[in-house]
Amino acid sequence: MSENMVIDSGNARQPFNYSVGLYGSKFFKELKENKRFLGVKCPKCSKVYIPPRKVCGECFIETREFVEVGPRGKIGSFTILRYAFIDPETGEQKPVPYGYGFIRLDGADTLFQHYINISDENKVKIGAIVEPVFAENRKGTIRDILHFNIVD
Amino acid sequence: MGKKRVAIIGTGQTYHKSHRPDVNGQELIHEAVSSALCDADLTIADIDAIVIGNMDHFEGINYVDCWSVDGSGGVMKPIIKLTTGGTTGSTIAIGGYHLVASGLFEKVLVIGWEKNSESDTTGAITTAFDPVWDRLVFAGAISGLAVEAQAYMARYGATDRDGARVSVRDRKHACNNPHAQLRKEVTIEDVLASPMLADPIHLLDVCPRTDGACAVIMANEDVAPKLASKLDWIWATSSRHKYTYIGDVNWGELDSMYNASREIYKKAGIKEPNKEISVIELYQPYSFAGIIWIEDMGIVPRGKGAEYIWSGATDMGGELPINPSGGVIACNPIGATGLIRCAEAAMQVMGKADIRQVPDVNFAISTGFGGCMWTDMILHGQKKPDF
Repeated sequence: MSENMVIDSGNARQPFNYSVGLYGSKFFKELKENKRFLGVKCPKCSKVYIPPRKVCGECFIETREFVEVGPRGKIGSFTILRYAFIDPETGEQKPVPYGYGFIRLDGADTLFQHYINISDENKVKIGAIVEPVFAENRKGTIRDILHFNIVD
Repeated sequence: MGKKRVAIIGTGQTYHKSHRPDVNGQELIHEAVSSALCDADLTIADIDAIVIGNMDHFEGINYVDCWSVDGSGGVMKPIIKLTTGGTTGSTIAIGGYHLVASGLFEKVLVIGWEKNSESDTTGAITTAFDPVWDRLVFAGAISGLAVEAQAYMARYGATDRDGARVSVRDRKHACNNPHAQLRKEVTIEDVLASPMLADPIHLLDVCPRTDGACAVIMANEDVAPKLASKLDWIWATSSRHKYTYIGDVNWGELDSMYNASREIYKKAGIKEPNKEISVIELYQPYSFAGIIWIEDMGIVPRGKGAEYIWSGATDMGGELPINPSGGVIACNPIGATGLIRCAEAAMQVMGKADIRQVPDVNFAISTGFGGCMWTDMILHGQKKPDF
């Protein structure tokens, strides 16, 4: 035994229950039931936000108008994750490699984070057009979208 | 009580390593505190208040302000914790500055620390992001940084060799710093041949994880000149945040740094930062930031960062040396990292930086970076601020 001991915490687990609010709930309901993406538009600067949120931080004003964005969009930026790490969502090693994309859904001003299909890495570029692939059994979470495919 | 000018009168750090199983948290903290008190020639009885910080989720223990008092010297003293992710080390410096500048406390001890060896760093960082919207694909600091680099490269045609040149600089500088964790030079070829973590970031483009602590002692203008012959005056501080969800970020430019630097320059009347600033300790967690963020700071025009780096201007002996300490790529005990930048900038201003000393430092800047795109910034000066 080493002179300097290190004590293992064991398999600690701590579940949480997160509120997503009215706007978040509306987004996930639309996603689940109609496979549609809802953003919100700032009444002052007209910026269209996704995910929808109740306040435009820059104008500090309440947003009320929901607008449909996507489902197609363009890659705003991306990377391909190639190293393994512990996923705090599962406690397991995250499967790598995976395509990590920031997608500008048509009509939105902010970017939407999701997986990008990297079966052909050469096609994964900033500006490439992408479309979502939805889960068959949708539960009203971000996982209702499996990933985005590059559109040729 | 009116506003007081504030000076750093002493700094201390541990010898940072990847793993320190020989000490627990409060023992690590105590090493840095003892070193700073020794540097300032003070005892713990001279300290009026303490600001301490780390990122709780790395160790899985909350409330370091309470449980570390044996090590921090906080027994029966005013002590508060600040924690702001990667910027924690710079935020506690700014918090300490606020306490002294307010006139409420004469002498304040600021402590940043981390034992990154105690958990999975990327997993822990990911818990700082929104669980509903942002965590599914997010992969800690490296994923966001890789996305920034991709956006910048697409815009300006920078290459992975450009990034590697920054790593080569910082790792070379680190050889002059006995406190740095990674003290071995690397070549451009070494960087490019190291494993790809997240395109375009190789292993040698990015910071390590480190166990270490740093402490800084600040005093107000009434007592500082009596306590120390060499002072580092804090001229200005700035802190900026921009997004709620990470898709809100303007990838490829660091808006928070642009904004923070302009606030600092305005306060101090700086017109030509590349000429008026003598040295920068940049919280630069990966190589490409060494190119992108000096553009955001207005050191060089947009798209000219790589050219400036290749010219040698930011090497020791250049026009504007950056990271004489070796920076974050050579050493990263996260809750201490921002405070180490502050301490290293202070040492440069005080002329205490030994073989990593930049000559004739008038103004130095230290920064903090966190949460992927937040910025803290501190302007340090040799002269007492005239405002």
